[in-house]
Amino acid sequence: MTDTAPTHAPKMTKLPLSERLKPWLPVLLVPVLIVLGFALIPSPSSWLTLTVSGLAMGMMIFVIASGMTLVFGLMDVINFGHGAFISFGAFVGTTVLLALASMTGAPSLMLNLLAVALAVLAAMAVTGALGWGFERVIVRPVYGSHLKQILVTMGGLIVAEQLIYVIWGGQEIVIARPETLKGAITFAGAALEKYRLVAVGVGLIVFLSLRAVLRRTKLGLIVRAGVENPEMVQALGYNITRVFVGVFVAGSALAGLGGVMWALYQEIITAHMGNEIMILVFIVVIIGGLGSVEGCFIGALTVGLVQNYAAFLEPKLALISNIALMVAILMWRPMGMVPVVKAK
Amino acid sequence: MSDPILRLTGVKTDIAQYHILHGVDFEVPRGGVTMLLGRNGAGKTTTLRTIMGLWKPHAGEIRLDGAPIQGLSPAQIARRGIGFVPEDMGIFSDLTVEENIRLAALDGHPIPERLDWIFGAFPALRTFWKSAAGTLSGGQKQMLSVARAVVEDRELYLIDEPSKGLAPAIVATLARALKDLKNRGASILMVEQNFSLARALGDHVAVMDDGRIVWTGAMAELAGDTGLQERLMGLKMEQA
Amino acid sequence: MMRILSGDSPKSALLAVLLVAILLSLAFAPFLFPGSRSLETAARICIFIVLVASYDLLLGYGGIVSFAHTMFFGMGAYGLAIATDRIGTSYGALILGALAGTAVAGVVALLTALLSLRVRAIFFAMITLAIASAVAVLVSQLSGFTGGEDGMNIRIPRELTPAFRLFDAEVLGQRINGKVVNYYLVFAGSLILFLTMLRIVNSPFGRVLLAIRENAFRAEAIGYRVVYYRALATCLSAMIAALAGALFAIWLRYVGPATTLGMEIMMDILLIVVIGGMGTMYGAVVGTTIFVLAQNYLKSLMGGLSEATAGLPLIPDLLNPDRWLLWLGVLFILSVYFFPTGIVGRLRGTR
Repeated sequence: MTDTAPTHAPKMTKLPLSERLKPWLPVLLVPVLIVLGFALIPSPSSWLTLTVSGLAMGMMIFVIASGMTLVFGLMDVINFGHGAFISFGAFVGTTVLLALASMTGAPSLMLNLLAVALAVLAAMAVTGALGWGFERVIVRPVYGSHLKQILVTMGGLIVAEQLIYVIWGGQEIVIARPETLKGAITFAGAALEKYRLVAVGVGLIVFLSLRAVLRRTKLGLIVRAGVENPEMVQALGYNITRVFVGVFVAGSALAGLGGVMWALYQEIITAHMGNEIMILVFIVVIIGGLGSVEGCFIGALTVGLVQNYAAFLEPKLALISNIALMVAILMWRPMGMVPVVKAK
Repeated sequence: MSDPILRLTGVKTDIAQYHILHGVDFEVPRGGVTMLLGRNGAGKTTTLRTIMGLWKPHAGEIRLDGAPIQGLSPAQIARRGIGFVPEDMGIFSDLTVEENIRLAALDGHPIPERLDWIFGAFPALRTFWKSAAGTLSGGQKQMLSVARAVVEDRELYLIDEPSKGLAPAIVATLARALKDLKNRGASILMVEQNFSLARALGDHVAVMDDGRIVWTGAMAELAGDTGLQERLMGLKMEQA
Repeated sequence: MMRILSGDSPKSALLAVLLVAILLSLAFAPFLFPGSRSLETAARICIFIVLVASYDLLLGYGGIVSFAHTMFFGMGAYGLAIATDRIGTSYGALILGALAGTAVAGVVALLTALLSLRVRAIFFAMITLAIASAVAVLVSQLSGFTGGEDGMNIRIPRELTPAFRLFDAEVLGQRINGKVVNYYLVFAGSLILFLTMLRIVNSPFGRVLLAIRENAFRAEAIGYRVVYYRALATCLSAMIAALAGALFAIWLRYVGPATTLGMEIMMDILLIVVIGGMGTMYGAVVGTTIFVLAQNYLKSLMGGLSEATAGLPLIPDLLNPDRWLLWLGVLFILSVYFFPTGIVGRLRGTR
C-alpha cells in the first residue's frame, strides 16, 4: 500500500454560468414577479398596495405552511388536518382579543400589541397542545402509509372542525383590528394598510428565526439531516421520533399563529376558514418542494403575489391563477422549486 | 478467549413478508476485525442493520458486551456504543462536512484529538471542511462516513462494504485508516466483497449463505485454503 | 350468473343474501315502498352506489386518494343541464349532455393524473383538492353559464315526469307514472354501470391495478408503466362518476353546487368506501345502502337524544343533529384503524 492517494479536486469550480445560476432561479422568481406586476399594473401606487398585500398574504401562508412541510420532510407524514390548527388558532385568538376589548380599543400601541401578543400566545399554546394530541392519537398509528394518513388526518380535520361548531357555535365571528393597527399609511402615493406591514414583519421574523434555528443550532442540524435520512440520524444516536413530535407541535403552533394573523387580516372568522386556506397551503408546499422551508417561503410569496395581482387584473381568475401557477411550476420542476434530497 | 464484544444467537429477521435471516449465530471477538463474507443476497447487510436496530428481529438474541440489545431503538443502540457506516454511506448531502461531523458528536463538540486523527487519515475532509457533503466525490463521502462513526467513543464499529465502487488508491487510504483504527484496539465487524482488502484487514471471518452463518474461523485459515474459499463463496483467488 | 358478476363472487353467504336483498328491494322499490320519499331514497341509493363504486375503483383498487370525485360527478350533471338548457328538451340533448360531461371529466382526469402521478401519488390528493375547490368557486361565479349558486332547473322529456301516465291501470296498487319510469331509467343505468365496473376490476387491467397498489415499485420493476395504469384508472373512475352525475341530474331535474360539487358529498363518498370495504366493489353497495338509510334515521335519533339531554352542559350540543358529521368523522377514523377492510372484509372473514 502506497501513499499515492490522488488529490480529489471538487468538480464544482468550473461550471458554466447557467448551471451555477440554476439553484438560484427560484429565489429570483419573487423579484421577477414583482417587476412583472409593475409592468402589467397601470398605476404604480396600486402596484405598491397590491405588492404589500401580496407579500402579507404570502407571509401568513408561509407561517402556516412551514410546519406542514417540515413534518412531511422529517417523517414522510402528510397531514391533511393541518387546517384544523389554523381555525382553532383563529378562534382561540379571537376569543382572547374579544375578552381584552378594553386593551385593543385603547389608542395605545403598547396595550394593543400586548393584547395581540397574549392572543397569539394563547392560540399557539392551544394549537400546540392540540398538535401533540393529534400526533399521538391520529398520526402515530399510521406511520408509513400515505393512504391511511390522508384518510385519517382528513377524518381528524372533520372532527376538529365540528368541535369548533360545538364550542363556538356555527356563527362566523367579526373581529376588529386593535385601534392603532387600523387604517393605512400613505407612502409614495399608495395607501398601505398598517396591519399588512405588521404581517409582513411577523412573517419575516418567523422565517429568519426558523432559518437561524435550522442553520445554527444542533436541533436544526438534526432536523435538516433527518429530512434527508432519518435512519442515519437515529444510527448516530438521536431519537428522531421525539424530534419529530417537537416539530409537529411547533408546526401546529405556527399554524395557530397564522390563524390569528389571518383572522385579523380578514376581520372575520368561520369554522371552515382553515380548510379554505389549506388549498393555498397545498399549492405552496407542492410548488416549493415538499420538505423544504426555503422553497415553502418562496412558494408562499409567489402565491400571495400572483393571487393579489390576478385579483386586480381579472378578479374571476384569482383562484384559477394559482392552479395555473402550480401547473406551470410542476411542468418546469416536477419536484418543486427547491427539491428535497431524500436518501430513499 | 475473553468474552466476545458481540454475540448473536438464533437471530431471525423478516423484511415485509420475506424471511431474510433464518437464525444467525456468531460472535465478534473483542479487538480486531471480523469479516462478514458471503455471496450477494446472503443476508450480510441485513445482519448489520439488524444489529443496529434498523430492522427488528422477530426471534433470537443480540448481546453487546453481555447485555441484550435486540428490541432497542437504533438511537439507544448507538448510545450503547455501536458506530455504523452503512452501505449507502448515509451522508447528509445538504449539510457541510463540518456539520456532518458535528452532528456525530452527541454533545455537538467533537474531541480535538479525534478530529486530528480524522484529518491525519483523511486530509481531503479538512480541505472541504466547509463544503456541502453532497459535492464530495464518492471516495470522500466514504471517508466522511467512516470519520463520522469514529467521532464518538464506540465499543464496536459496523462497516458495510467501504470499498464499494471506489478507485484502488482511495481504497488504500481507507484501508490504512481502518488498520490504524484496529491497531488502536477497536473492534470492527465489516462486510466486504473485495477479498484482498478483507484478507489484509481481517482477523476473524464469518461466512454467510442464505440467511445463516455457514463457517467461522480465523482469516489465516480461510486465506490459506483456496478450496475452502471456493466452496464457501465461489471465490477465485488470483488477486494481486 | 357468475358471467354477469364477472366471476367476482361475494365469497360470503351473508354478504350474498344482503346483496340479493338490496338488489330486489331496489328493483321493486316503487311497489315495495310506495310514496315519493321512499322512491327518492331508493334512487339516491342507486346513484350513490355507482358514485361510490367508481371511487372505490380509484381508492380501493388504484390506491390513489382523490378529492375531486364530486367535481367529476358534477361535470356529468352540469353537462346534461347545460345541454338541455342550450339545445332544448329532447332525449338527444340528454344523451349529448351526458356524453359531453363525461368526455370533459375524462380529459380533466387524465391531465390531472399525468401532472401529479408522474411525480408522487400523494400530490394527487393535494392537487385534486385544490382543483376541485377552484372549480367549485368557478361554477358559482360563472352564473350565466351554470346558474351560479342557484343552480339550474332541468326540463326533461315529459315521459320521465310525474305528470305522465304510462297506462291507466294500476300495477300492484301503484300507478305507473313518469316518475316510476324515471326511477327505472336510474335503476337500469346504475346496474349497467356497476356491472361494467365489476368487469373492469376483474379484468387483467384490474389485476395489474391491484398489483400496483400492493407494491408500486415492484410492479414498475416487472415492467408495468405504473403511471399509465393509474392514469387510466383515474379516467375510468371520473367518467363513470360523470355518468352517475348525469343520472342524478335527470332524476332530480335540478343541478346546483351543493347537490353535486359540495365537499360534504366528497366526505360521504370517502366514508362509505372505507366503511363498506375498500377494493371490494360490493362494499359500495352495502355501505351506500346502510349509510343513506342511517343518514335519514341517525339524524332523528340524535335530535331525540339532544332534546332528552337538554339540561346537561355541552352534551346536547354534541348530539345536535347538525353535528352528525362529528360522529361520522370519529367512526371514520376508527374504521381506518380497526376495520380497514370494512363491512365486506368482515363478512368475508378477512382481517
